[in-house]
Amino acid sequence: MKEFFTVAVLVGIAHSGIRLAAPYLFASLGEMVGQLSGVLNLGVDGIMLMGAFAAFYVVFMTGNLWLGLLAALIVGALMGLLMAVISVTMGAEQGISGIGLYLFGLGLSSLLFKTMIGSVESVSGFSTLRIPVLSELPIIGPIFFDHSVVVYLAYLMVPVSWYLINRTTLGLKIRAAGQNPEAADSLGVSVNGVRYITVIYGSAMAGIAGAALSIGLLNVFQENMTNGLGFIAVALVYFGGWRPFGILGGALLFSTVNALQLWAQVLGLPIPSDLAVMLPYVLTIIALAFAVRQVRQPAALTKPFERGE
Amino acid sequence: MGKSRTSLSWDRLIDFLLPIVAVLAALLVGAVLLLLLGENPFTAYTVLIRGSLGNVNGLTQTLTKMTPLLLVALGICIAFRGGMINIGGEGQIILGALATTAVALAFPTWPRWILLPVVLLSGALAGAFWGGIAGVLKARLNVNEILSTVMLNVIALQLMNFLLRGPMLDPEQIAAGTNIAQSAALPKQVWLTRLVPRTLLHSGIILAIVLAFLVYLLLWRTTIGYRIRAVGLNQSASRYAGIPVRSYMALSMILSGGFAGLAGAVEVTGVHHRMIEGLSGGYGFSGIVAALFGHLHPLGAIPASFFFGALLVGADKMQRTVQVPSALIVALQGLVVLFVVASEYYVRRRSRRRVAVNPDEPSSDEPTHLGQEVIGV
Repeated sequence: MKEFFTVAVLVGIAHSGIRLAAPYLFASLGEMVGQLSGVLNLGVDGIMLMGAFAAFYVVFMTGNLWLGLLAALIVGALMGLLMAVISVTMGAEQGISGIGLYLFGLGLSSLLFKTMIGSVESVSGFSTLRIPVLSELPIIGPIFFDHSVVVYLAYLMVPVSWYLINRTTLGLKIRAAGQNPEAADSLGVSVNGVRYITVIYGSAMAGIAGAALSIGLLNVFQENMTNGLGFIAVALVYFGGWRPFGILGGALLFSTVNALQLWAQVLGLPIPSDLAVMLPYVLTIIALAFAVRQVRQPAALTKPFERGE
Repeated sequence: MGKSRTSLSWDRLIDFLLPIVAVLAALLVGAVLLLLLGENPFTAYTVLIRGSLGNVNGLTQTLTKMTPLLLVALGICIAFRGGMINIGGEGQIILGALATTAVALAFPTWPRWILLPVVLLSGALAGAFWGGIAGVLKARLNVNEILSTVMLNVIALQLMNFLLRGPMLDPEQIAAGTNIAQSAALPKQVWLTRLVPRTLLHSGIILAIVLAFLVYLLLWRTTIGYRIRAVGLNQSASRYAGIPVRSYMALSMILSGGFAGLAGAVEVTGVHHRMIEGLSGGYGFSGIVAALFGHLHPLGAIPASFFFGALLVGADKMQRTVQVPSALIVALQGLVVLFVVASEYYVRRRSRRRVAVNPDEPSSDEPTHLGQEVIGV
């Protein structure tokens, strides 16, 4: 155990933890906005897979990373539009339509991958952007300021989401649509219009989250490469109590435990890694059972809205 | 009077046809997709149908795949009817399979007539336990069951990985140094009887169909079933009627998990004869699709799981003979779910319109089969 606690290893774990949180952050912060407006989108994992594939394919073909990110954003938004039509306009049960969207994204991304690429290929993804001066700081530098652009963007989304929700008119409308849609409607807010915006926005973020995996962190595409990460992202929204900084905490918890487990494997420590991987999931259930109960979920979450009822 | 009755039965017919239209629409989208990808949808679908239904071999494979699907779907019928969205089928299958394997390997000398029921029951109980965790958490602490079942799926998967690489790893694999993650073979007396020689079709299919009738009786002919459905339809009304709502929420998850666990047990004793990785094979999700397709009715689940079993088998054949990836079927399943839940929109609108036209008439004697009224809490 002694060599596990050297500064270099601890810095490495912290660095990986910060890095691996990026996809969670994009997906959860996007999902949060949708849920605050009253829509539970359970299809995040499928959208991420589609985003991951779209980004990977575009980069594989053109080599242009920003174009790849844009492709993920557009594909995610289109998946969001599908979800919005079914869950907002047609008022479908959201837990189930989300499963449909997940299976659709899971199957379609594999189908496209197998027919359009076929074998496991890698691309050169976003490279590390060392922040001048700051990255030279001892310990802090390598942990926080030695990441790719995608990672910085993910963390930037935390205050941006906070500002959007708490300081803008749109944010007010979003929360009104999720708390009391009838009242919001009587004040002239288009509840379903707002929900369309949030679901499409959240899905676009999920697409970016997928891209963060395929062209940011791993630089490959594999079938079902998210491995359920999108479902965790949905849970993190509850875990974080529908607050951006709460979600940041949850995402860091998951990514740090993952990082610990990866490093333990690399160093050949005798920790059963399968059991270690379980920990954050067990913790999340416990947190959902005890800690999060104090926070109330948006009153109209999962409830479709129809005027004149 | 006569007119309204005709329109009612007409509506019934439409309700019945909606899932079929949903499937046709999904297949149509699939065909367009295949065309765009430069594949011939006609060839692909022909192989799919021939491979799964066109000969005895394909048909037995379809029935073999149908077995776990039907068992999971029965559990989903109970949970969804009770207002609980159980997404934890995968984890419950894994737990059931692990328990079955462990018990069978622990008592290899017991005779068949006692060991076989015991191992199947332990599978069901383990699944029920895993589903019950989510049920009790929902009932006691109001933890969203969708989230807890998702978490429990991952935990079950990791538990399986741990057990199959450590304590439960086949000693022969260790001796050979290959270390393929699987358990030792189960004693022969717990193997389910093969119905057709040289195929995988086993007696589990009979068990599943019998259980479908029993679940129908449970849900529509017993007080427990009536209460499960009442809680699913309207919690506050059920509470006023004196039904212990929380206990019934937990109960429907326990039963649902039990059926998924049994599906795992039947896969182990009927098909693989040992615990292997990837045993759950997505049945936890496909079972939801089959249950929805069968109108959340246990008897509807029989043809529905046959149909999706055929799709899964046909997809394999399609992948092998014409190189169309079987992932297509996963995407189509997703579309079927989306179309089925979306089609309820019309059912709801119609029943509302009927109330508006004729307020004396009950809006619908059996409100929409799936949807808000049944599942929505």
